[in-house]
Amino acid sequence: MSDNAKSPPLPTGTFAERAVSWSKKNLFDGWFNSILTIGAIAFLLWLIPPIIEWGIVNATLEPTIEGCKEVSGACWGFVNANLRLILFGTYPYDEQWRPLLAMIILMGIICGSLGAVKYPGLRKAIIPMWVIGVPIIAILMWGGVLGLTYVQNSYWGGLPLTLILSSIGVIFAFPFGLLLALGRQSHMPAIKTMSVVYIEVIRGVPLITVLFMASVMFPLFLPDGVTIDKLLRAQIGIILFTAAYLAEVFRGGLQAVPRGQFEAGDSLALSYWQSMRLIILPQALRLVIPPTVNSFISMFKDTTLVVIIGLFDFLGTVKLALRSDPAWTKYYVEGYAFAAAIFFLICFSMAKYSAYLEKELRKGERR
Amino acid sequence: MSKPQNAQGDVRSKSLVDYLNDENVRAVLYQIVAIGLIILAGWYLVSNTLYNLAQQNISTGYGFLDLEASFEISETMIDYSAKSNYATALVVGLLNTVKVSVLGIVLCTIIGTIFGVARLSSNWIVRKLATVYVETFRNIPVLLQLFFWYALIPGAFPHPRDALEPLPGVLFTSRGMYMPVPVADTAYTLMGIAAIIALVAIFFIKRWAKKRQDATGQPFPMFLTGLGIFVGLVLLAYLAGGAPTEMSMPELKGFNIRGGYNISPEFLAVLIGLTVYTSTYVAEVVRSGIQAVPSGQWEAADSLGIKRSVALRKVILPQSMRVAIPPLTNQYLNLTKNSSLAVAVGYPDLVSVSNTTMNQTGQAIEAISIFMSIYLGLSLLTSLFMNWFNKKMALVER
Repeated sequence: MSDNAKSPPLPTGTFAERAVSWSKKNLFDGWFNSILTIGAIAFLLWLIPPIIEWGIVNATLEPTIEGCKEVSGACWGFVNANLRLILFGTYPYDEQWRPLLAMIILMGIICGSLGAVKYPGLRKAIIPMWVIGVPIIAILMWGGVLGLTYVQNSYWGGLPLTLILSSIGVIFAFPFGLLLALGRQSHMPAIKTMSVVYIEVIRGVPLITVLFMASVMFPLFLPDGVTIDKLLRAQIGIILFTAAYLAEVFRGGLQAVPRGQFEAGDSLALSYWQSMRLIILPQALRLVIPPTVNSFISMFKDTTLVVIIGLFDFLGTVKLALRSDPAWTKYYVEGYAFAAAIFFLICFSMAKYSAYLEKELRKGERR
Repeated sequence: MSKPQNAQGDVRSKSLVDYLNDENVRAVLYQIVAIGLIILAGWYLVSNTLYNLAQQNISTGYGFLDLEASFEISETMIDYSAKSNYATALVVGLLNTVKVSVLGIVLCTIIGTIFGVARLSSNWIVRKLATVYVETFRNIPVLLQLFFWYALIPGAFPHPRDALEPLPGVLFTSRGMYMPVPVADTAYTLMGIAAIIALVAIFFIKRWAKKRQDATGQPFPMFLTGLGIFVGLVLLAYLAGGAPTEMSMPELKGFNIRGGYNISPEFLAVLIGLTVYTSTYVAEVVRSGIQAVPSGQWEAADSLGIKRSVALRKVILPQSMRVAIPPLTNQYLNLTKNSSLAVAVGYPDLVSVSNTTMNQTGQAIEAISIFMSIYLGLSLLTSLFMNWFNKKMALVER
């Protein structure tokens, strides 16, 4: 893409002259725009200084309630004092390097997988990364082998739990969603009907109802004596839910592959699975990378819903910290602001990357 | 398929292997296997469930709906007390869901449209402000936003004793917002009927006006006529009903505020949270809808001598609506589904009431099936509407 061709001729003159001409064009173009600009500046002057005063000038990092009572601004001391509770939940204190390491590995794998779109060299590494990485994360989190003490997953919590629930959710939903999408495109009426019914039913109900179903109804489905714990039930619920959404994303990709490609596979006498694997899917999946990243982002945000069925994900641990001492309770703004900032950083950067990928992938079409 | 031939070229009869290699036969086989597996799995789950329920002495069926609910609901739009049955409680929950969803949809459309247009403004600072709003609130989980508002409202507003009163009769307190409401009167029922009659009349006049314009080219001042009919009829009904003026004003009595209409903190938290979150998505839909109409359309309308306001209504909007309405409906549906998060802040919506019912009766499967089918019904209705709308709006191509 050549930006130079599009951009207007470079403005000349001193910096001040350019600033004046720029603001004339962009801020004071007509009376209506001038009013808007003045209004917006007034709004910012009203909004920003108090926030800076509260959040930085008058704030404290002192991790005690006494220290917080002394200042009029934000009590970041609440976050400071409860940081490990917020980040790792009730995971045993001395073992918290394990979820930290697991989280770093998981983030590395996620970044690696996303980066593979840009750097084709990484593509071959995606599947090995997950196949090796997920067991390592499981060993780190559960322990019980290699001298690590066993930690029940009811103690898991915080940011690692949020990351695990959402990324494992998407990874396991991926093949399931792909099968559903293929089923929906199938010429066999029974298979098609089943896929359509599954996709539409799941997409028609809120995630929280699926989570309720997972937490309340799954135990009834299982034979006598078999139990699965709450975390695993929630994870299964998330996988089942995500699969339906990914299926629709994949359908979009499959529909974008021209009919001639399917026919080409047929005329080469490739079987259905061969032509899918060698011809259709490589083209379709390339197209659906950005919307898949978007699905991951919404899954990452929606994982907070597990709070409602009593798990302590990142949002849950913030609430836990707020309740840990009645004196902390009134510092909810600081707690929620911290959680919001972390969520924002992760979601915003992924969203930007997904938008960038979309542009990159279209490059070939533009020529 | 043609009959298979061997190396010598003579036709032989089909063997079993040939049948198994036949695409159509295989398709049938696959489907039989798939259906069989589903039935087997279903039977396995059902038999497990029945066994488990029998073990726990839970009877199945929807008979519990007739039993006395014996729990209070803080906000009800219909008559309800702890003596009512579970079915009534669920209807109360459903109505609360509808109430917050409808208001949320209206508000998020207005706010989202403002920010969507602002993101395309030629004014740099307005554009940037709108971008910051959209990017911030769409990247923070909606549940976190709900928790935040729910914590903020009781914390930020004073005790009912020293309520804030920005307008006479409008009170802001830690227990929510209070507004004066007219005392019930037959005049209001009459006004409702008059409004419906006016809408029907406008519909028919519009049809007639369109027919006349198609035939003769004469335009008809539809907007002014419609407004006149609506306002006139409703006003007439108000006067005919005796023009009641009595209002119920919120007043402090003892430790609490009586009278007026109370908007609870729970409802406000859910409404603000859902509206702000969804409005960011609506803003993006509006923006892409506007951008989808090429600027050549404006120029074409100009060169035909069409007024700018008419061009906007007759040329630009119909085209951007075609792009914007399907994703917009999706966002409305998302808002309705997200209203189920109300359970987290204690607003008695459908899921919240079902959850209480489930905990009291142990009828988990029945309760979950009820709210799942209601949400499913809403979604199906929406997609039916969408399909109808798409057909109506789709470009008619040769």
